[in-house]
Amino acid sequence: MSDSTYGLGRTELHDLYHALCLTRAAEERLELLQKQGHVTGGLYRSLGQEAGAVGAAYALRRRNDGSGDMLCHTIRAAGALFLFGGELIDFFRQYMAKGTSPTRGREANVHWFDFEKGFVGPVSPLGTMIEIMAGMTLSFRLKDEERIGIVFYGDGASSTGAWHEGLNFAAVQRCPMILMVENNQWAFSTPTSKNTRVSSFTDKGPGYGIGAESVDGTDVLAVFDAVRRAAALVRSGEGTRMVELKYFRRKGHAQHDPQDYVDPEVIRMREKKDPVDLYRARLLDNDWASEEELVAIEHETFEVCRVAAEAAIAEPYPDGLDAVTDVYTDLTTPHPWTRGDSPDPTLA
Amino acid sequence: MDRETPEHLLKTKRGEPVTMLEAISEALFEEMTRDDSVFLMGEDIGVYGGAFKVTRDFLAHFGENRVIDTPIAEGGFTGAAAGAAHMGLRPVVEIQFMDFISPAYDVITNYIATSNYRGAGPMPLVIRGPVGGGNRGGPFHSQNVEMAFFHTPGLKIVYPSTAKDAKGLLKASIRDDNPVIFEEHKGLYRAPALREVLPDEDYIVPLGQARTVREGTDLTIVTYGAMVHKSVDAAETLESEDGVSVEIIDLRTLLPLDEDAIVQSVKKTNKLLVVHEDTRTGGIAGEIAIRVSEKAFEWLDGPILRVTAIDAPVPYSGSLEDYFLPQTDDVVKAARYLAAY
Ligand SMILES: Cc1ncc(C[n+]2csc(CCOP(=O)(O)OP(=O)(O)O)c2C)c(N)n1
Ligand SMILES: [Mg+2]
Repeated sequence: MSDSTYGLGRTELHDLYHALCLTRAAEERLELLQKQGHVTGGLYRSLGQEAGAVGAAYALRRRNDGSGDMLCHTIRAAGALFLFGGELIDFFRQYMAKGTSPTRGREANVHWFDFEKGFVGPVSPLGTMIEIMAGMTLSFRLKDEERIGIVFYGDGASSTGAWHEGLNFAAVQRCPMILMVENNQWAFSTPTSKNTRVSSFTDKGPGYGIGAESVDGTDVLAVFDAVRRAAALVRSGEGTRMVELKYFRRKGHAQHDPQDYVDPEVIRMREKKDPVDLYRARLLDNDWASEEELVAIEHETFEVCRVAAEAAIAEPYPDGLDAVTDVYTDLTTPHPWTRGDSPDPTLA
Repeated sequence: MDRETPEHLLKTKRGEPVTMLEAISEALFEEMTRDDSVFLMGEDIGVYGGAFKVTRDFLAHFGENRVIDTPIAEGGFTGAAAGAAHMGLRPVVEIQFMDFISPAYDVITNYIATSNYRGAGPMPLVIRGPVGGGNRGGPFHSQNVEMAFFHTPGLKIVYPSTAKDAKGLLKASIRDDNPVIFEEHKGLYRAPALREVLPDEDYIVPLGQARTVREGTDLTIVTYGAMVHKSVDAAETLESEDGVSVEIIDLRTLLPLDEDAIVQSVKKTNKLLVVHEDTRTGGIAGEIAIRVSEKAFEWLDGPILRVTAIDAPVPYSGSLEDYFLPQTDDVVKAARYLAAY
C-alpha cells in the first residue's frame, strides 16, 4: 500500500482519528443521556458525516487568542467545533440546558460561541450564518489579516434566500471564506433533488463566479486535502470558495425522526462507508498506527466523554431569574410585576 | 379522485373526540375535498406529513400537485402562493415553525397585504404553522409572531385555542378572500384536555368574532391561544378561593379585533386584564387598552393591566422558560390585585 498521507506525520494522522472517535463517542454519549432523561429538546447525530467536519477543521489555523481562522459549524459538524477548542463538557452542558453552559441555558446544543478560539455558533434559521461569516471574513480582508472563515451548511439550507444573498455578497466582495456544503442527500424528509436541480453543488460555483470542488465526505484525508488547498487559495486572495462534502445522513433528521421515508437497504449500504471504520482500516493497512494505539484512542475518547457527561449531569440548571439579564448590554428587563411578594403593576 | 379518506381523518364522522391537531387536519382535508382550487405547499408536508404530522397521508390522497414539498424557501414559496392566488388558486402554506416566517416577511407585508388595495385583486391564501413556547424549543422554535404582522393593514391574523374553533376558523380562513396568518400553538396540538367531539357537519367559525369562554361579573380577562386555558384555570381558583367572578373573552381572531366584544364585557365588569403569551412591549394588550380607553373609559373602575411574557428572546432551559412565560399564578395575582382595586 502507498496511500498518501498528504504530508501529515504520524501524530497528526492519529489526531484525526482521535477527533473522529471523539465526535462519535460524544454523540453516542448524548443518546445515552437522552435515554436517561438528561437532554432538553432535540438530539441530532452526525453519524456518517464526522469526517467532513473533522477533515475540514483540521486544515485550518486553530488558535486560542482570537488570531486564527473562524469557524461556523452546524449541528452535524460537532467534530469541527471540538477541534476548534469547543469543550466537550460544554457540549453536554448545552444539550442539557445547564446554567453552567456557555449560553447559560439560553440556547441549545452546538449554538455557542468563542471568538478567541475562533468559532461562532449557528442560529436555527438556515442560511443566516453565511451572511454573518461573509461579514466576519470581510473584516479580515478590510483589516488586512491573514485569517479566513469556514461556514458549514446542509444541502437543504442552500434553498434559502440568506444562503444566496450571503454567498453572492461574499463572492463579490472577495471575502476569504469557504462554504462547506454538507450534502447528506436529505433535508429532514426532503431529498436533495427537491431542494436543487443540480446534481452536484459544484455546479453552483460558477453561478457565483467562485471556485468549487466536490469531495467524498467519508474520507477524512480527502476532505483535509481539499480544504487545505481551498484554504491556501482563499488565504492568498482568491476570495470565496465552495467545497461540497458528499455523504449520507445515516440517522433521522433528529432523534424523533425514524426516517421511514428512506429505503433501509440504502442505509445498510451506507453503513459500509463509515468514516471511522474506513479511516481505522487505512491507518492499520498503511502501518500509520498500531492496533494498540487505536484502541488506546478509542478508550480515551470514550472515557473523556463519560467523565465530562457525568460532571455536567451534576451541575445546576439556571436560576429562572437569570431570564431578565443581557437582553441589552446596558438595560435589565423588568421582572413580571406579579412575581413579587406584594404585586404592584407600577413596578413593571 | 375518489380515494378513500384515511382512517385517522374520520374521527369526527365516527363521533370520536379529536385533538386540536386532528381538527386542523380535518379542516384542511375537508376544504381540499370541497374545493379543487385549495392546495398545500410547505417543507416536509408530503411524504413526511409535516413536522407535526398535520398533513399525514394527504400526499397519497390528493397527489403531488396539491401537496407540494417545497425547497427550504419560506420567502420563495409564500411569494409563489401569492402568484397562484392571483391565478385563482387558494394556497395554504405551512411554515414548519412560525419562527421561520421571517424570510417571507417582505412578500407578506409589501406584496400580499397590499394586493387588494393596489388593485391587484384579492389574496385568498393562508399561511399557517406552529407557534408558542413551553416546549423547551429555545429562541427559534417558540416564538409567537402575531405582533410582527399586526401592524400591517390588509392581513388577518387568527389564533385558535380549541379544537372546535381551530377547525371552524381554518375553514373560514381558507374561504376568506384576504390573506390570513393562522397561528397554531404547539402546546395545544395534542393536549389531551382539548380533545372534543366536533359537530359532524360543515361548519365555520367566522373571522373577527371573539368568544365568551366564561361569564363573570367582577372583571374581564381578554386573552387568546394557550393563555385561554391558563386564564380559565386562574378563574376557577379565583372563584373558589376569593369568590371573584371572572369573565373570559377568547379573541380567536386578532386582526380584525372584535372590539365590540371587549367593550361590552368591560362595560359589564368594569375591570380589564389582558393576558397574552407574546412578549410585553408592543403586545396586543397595548392596542386593546387604547380601544377600551377610547370606547369605555367612563366604565372603568381600575387600571387596565396585563400579564405577558417578559421582553426577552425565548430561553431554552426549563427554569428560564418558565420564568419567561406568563403562568396561571401570574393571572391569579393580577386578577386579585384588580378585583381588590
Ligand atoms: C429558514 C428555516 N426554515 C426551516 C427550518 C427547519 N429546518 C431545520 S433543519 C431543516 C433541514 C435542513 O436540511 P439540510 O440543510 O440539508 O441540513 P441537514 O439536516 O441535512 O444536515 C429544516 C427544514 C429552519 N431551521 N430554517
Ligand atoms: Mg442535508
